[in-house]
Amino acid sequence: MQNISVLITGIGGQGIILASDVLADAAMRTGWDVKKTDSIGMAQRGGSVISHVRMGDVVSSPLIPTGGADVLFGMEKLEAARHCHFLKPGGQAVINSYGAPPLTVATGAKKYPEDEAILSVVRERAGKVFFIDGLKKVSKLGNTRALNVFLLGALSVLLPLTEQVWQEALEAKLPSKIIQINLQAFSLGREEVKNAGIR
Amino acid sequence: MQDIQKISAGSKHLLSGNEAIALGAYHAGMKVATAYPGTPSTEILENIARFEGVYAEWSTNEKVALEIAMGASYTGVRCLCSMKHVGLNVAADSLLSASITGVNGGLVVVSADDPGMHSSQNEQDNRHYARLAKIPVIEPYDSQSAYDFMFLAFDISEKYDTPVLLRTTTRISHSKSLVCIKGLSEVGARRASFTPNPEKYVMLPAFARKRHEVIENRILELREYAQNTPLNQVLKGTGSMGIIANGIAFQYAKEVFPDAAVLRLGMTYPLSEQLVREFADSVEKLIAIEELDPFIEEMVRGMGIEVSGKDFIPITGELSPEIVASSAKKAGLLEDVESEEPACRAELPLRPPSLCPGCPHRGLFYALGKTPRRIKKVTSAPTKPTAGGLVITGDIGCYTLGAYKPLNGLDTCACMGASIGHALGMEKAGVTDKLVAVIGDSTFMHSGLTALANAVYNQSQITIVILDNMTTAMTGHQGHPATGISAGGKKTQAVNLENAVRGIGVDEVVVLDAFDIKALREAVARATESDKLSVIIVRGECAPLRARSFACRVVDTSVCTRCNTCFKLACPAIQYKDGNVYIDPELCAGDNCGLCDQVCPVGAIGVFDEAVKE
Repeated sequence: MQNISVLITGIGGQGIILASDVLADAAMRTGWDVKKTDSIGMAQRGGSVISHVRMGDVVSSPLIPTGGADVLFGMEKLEAARHCHFLKPGGQAVINSYGAPPLTVATGAKKYPEDEAILSVVRERAGKVFFIDGLKKVSKLGNTRALNVFLLGALSVLLPLTEQVWQEALEAKLPSKIIQINLQAFSLGREEVKNAGIR
Repeated sequence: MQDIQKISAGSKHLLSGNEAIALGAYHAGMKVATAYPGTPSTEILENIARFEGVYAEWSTNEKVALEIAMGASYTGVRCLCSMKHVGLNVAADSLLSASITGVNGGLVVVSADDPGMHSSQNEQDNRHYARLAKIPVIEPYDSQSAYDFMFLAFDISEKYDTPVLLRTTTRISHSKSLVCIKGLSEVGARRASFTPNPEKYVMLPAFARKRHEVIENRILELREYAQNTPLNQVLKGTGSMGIIANGIAFQYAKEVFPDAAVLRLGMTYPLSEQLVREFADSVEKLIAIEELDPFIEEMVRGMGIEVSGKDFIPITGELSPEIVASSAKKAGLLEDVESEEPACRAELPLRPPSLCPGCPHRGLFYALGKTPRRIKKVTSAPTKPTAGGLVITGDIGCYTLGAYKPLNGLDTCACMGASIGHALGMEKAGVTDKLVAVIGDSTFMHSGLTALANAVYNQSQITIVILDNMTTAMTGHQGHPATGISAGGKKTQAVNLENAVRGIGVDEVVVLDAFDIKALREAVARATESDKLSVIIVRGECAPLRARSFACRVVDTSVCTRCNTCFKLACPAIQYKDGNVYIDPELCAGDNCGLCDQVCPVGAIGVFDEAVKE
């Protein structure tokens, strides 16, 4: 098989590292080679976080090169746009519509880009973009903390991994007391992309 | 954090390089582990501290950590000492001494280097320490090799009576890949026992001269070992090109040149000339792909073997598959592959790191910035030399972020503990500015104590601010001597900072609440106009460690004059929204902070009834 590369972006506190751990674990359970690497840097709360996950028969570099990602998985929309050059031309993107203003925007020095501006940057690379209001959808469950797993559910539709390995990976990586709500969030995320309009 | 000690032999797991190092060392029989936290090395000891049957500690600094590991090694047990690259500068005296005494139980020193400076002040290549100390250096290239090499590292250490340097980089330490687990070896059953042997352990000149000959012979024997060690592997290829590579650069080389023959070096010092020459003879063109310095390349060239590398691969920064590919393309080693034009992202606003909402460091920087001396210094620089201003020397930690606008709170930052020495140097050189050194609690314990003694002894008049957030925050909240919490999370004896400072001989010592702006401003005003050496301890718990307060601050827009004073705090929660000042309730630290309502000149910020959530 061809290797599959997924780039996950967002900000500190969104559960990105957990999401990439679950994806890598699911790939391992499928019997593939897998590597992942996180770029956290001087991450205070709210800092930019990137995770590279690569899977296939044999994976060499854990880092995805520019233009090497099959899927861009953005948990914060500005960070998704910032890292869209990693995406293969024509690749797919799953982007959460949540926006967190960086300090440059908060102080009024810069403007947070409009959704259309963000999407036009992403579309320079992406063939398909799934732009999802994850926070709104997941709040139906009464717990917004499962947002990262809801978005993983959305991502899962684009990857050739079975629901069985996803469930096993979630069970392995999440505490048992919150597993039920997260499995529900995951299913909700899957439905979202299966039924979704592509933007 | 998963409990990796419970992983059973024969199973396969996804582990980070640091987890693999921790587990490999444990399975190889390590009994004592010491470290000072530092990115990207921290998780090694964090994992080991959870293992049963191993003594693990956060030491005061890397030098102390290595000396403890040496002492333990002298008793015959296996020891690991881990640190970030710059930590080895602090421990360099001990490393070179460990080289000359040799070991008894295996001693592995892990240096986690940071090419690209993800979280460091430099990107030095610590393989040079191996050559300086005349000890072997081992470099894993993924998590499996990090695990496997630990067994070999301890064996080599004991067989050749030498400390072994195991060098990783951020990309090895913080990447996860699959590891097959071997399980526990028998070595762990050893008991500690020390047998005096002055000619080996007492480095008087007469004994050290003999030991020098021993270590010169040792490196010759290791050079012979390097020829056939399983650490080094030749991977056959089909083309005419041969690549020598180490560590993560090996992975990039494989990705960019999948068909090339590769000499993968797991031990990069000492090198076996015969091994390199045989490989070079088997290919038409030899290149070396390594991150940072041309360490392998220069040794190969020194053997009289033609090799290229740093003439096209960057010497600065972290490598990546695309950097290796684009460098190779420029050097004519790669066909012109499809160029990848990055998308238009230039206009997107940046997200620079900043102090967290509720950070206990913010108030002090605000108070310093409000003094007339600091305003004079900041507004006049750099156009002309100024006198009578306020210079703030800084140190290593989260508070280094105080250097950014609008806080403008630091003028220097170099290495651990340097804030105090820098201030003393400027004072002794004769500047007329008042000097304030700002240092964190963990950094003060690491290397501020001796500098403070120097300030007392040499009659200084500087002010030292210890920002005491009661943890080592930057690296993810580890204990240190003044916290009274051990690496294993147990309560232990805490060093009392006030008593330590007074005991060294400082008379002017105050302890302040980090969130009391009035008290901070008064103390700063007093200290900066005084000619006595003083210490201000600013105490407040690190924001992410505190229970959430829901008494979020709200701006009364009918009162707010948009004077922007609150923005001088550089709090991420304080924002502009629809032309008004707005505090994001998701970010606000509420009653854990309350700085903004103290600085607002018109009383527009407060906790209003409708905003108080349950």
